Amino acid sequence: MLEIGQKAPDFTLPGVDDATHSLAALLADHKAVAVIFSCNHCPYVRAWEDRMIAIQSDYTARGVALVAINSNDATRYPDDDFASMKKRAAEQGFNFLYLRDETQEVARAYGATHTPHVFLLDSEGVLRYRGAIDDSYEDPASVEFPYLRDALEAVLAGQTPKIAVTDAVGCTVKWK
Amino acid sequence: MQIDFLYWAECPSHPQAWQRLLDALDALAIQAEVRRVEITTDEEALRWGFPGSPTIRVNGQDIDPAAKRLPARLTCRLYYRDDGRPSPLPPESMIRRALTAAQAREQPLEKGN
Repeated sequence: MLEIGQKAPDFTLPGVDDATHSLAALLADHKAVAVIFSCNHCPYVRAWEDRMIAIQSDYTARGVALVAINSNDATRYPDDDFASMKKRAAEQGFNFLYLRDETQEVARAYGATHTPHVFLLDSEGVLRYRGAIDDSYEDPASVEFPYLRDALEAVLAGQTPKIAVTDAVGCTVKWK
Repeated sequence: MQIDFLYWAECPSHPQAWQRLLDALDALAIQAEVRRVEITTDEEALRWGFPGSPTIRVNGQDIDPAAKRLPARLTCRLYYRDDGRPSPLPPESMIRRALTAAQAREQPLEKGN
């Protein structure tokens, strides 16, 4: 698994916007990139989805890109195929990139284990935070530790996040 | 009353769902025979008609009426809270409603006996 302080592997993946996106290009244009392994079918992702949209909305002007990557095996979980991803993104009004990792190579390179699983990179592509979005998947009103937001604030201020690693909570990545 | 609590260990919400079930039984003072069943394979999911983890059935009926439309598979299950938010956990209110309804159905039989 990618460890804090390590440089993240580059990737080039197709997005639901019918464009191809690379991490290198995203890093060139942003102060931080939050790579979140995600999917369509997982209820934990669904529970956190509106918070992902809110984070992207709140941090766009500050140079943050949130990138969701779906690596799940769509044969066993057809809700996670590319067509369904496009549909989900349109229905929910995703304001972040949603990419398909068909070969699962990116998930393996990062060591993603769950959906959602956050890997927050600074502008150099170095991992600064890894884990959950916050500490309450069920209820945004119950969040005591907004891990990703806190880590973003630290990274944007050029500081080290106080909490750099948390347990990813959610569905397991569905490997082929 | 017979209750089946079906779960897949890969979905981390099952301990919390189990506790919600026990709390609801306690709050409603319901005596029930509760069976915990761990589903581990696609074959078991099919055999049990398991639409995802966790699944709670009271006297054979799923606590969520929407379950009839769900395919059987090894997955985490999506519920909706009363406020409409998606959740991997069955809401306490859904569990209580199912238990109360089952209790009401059983009472006439008990009186008749």
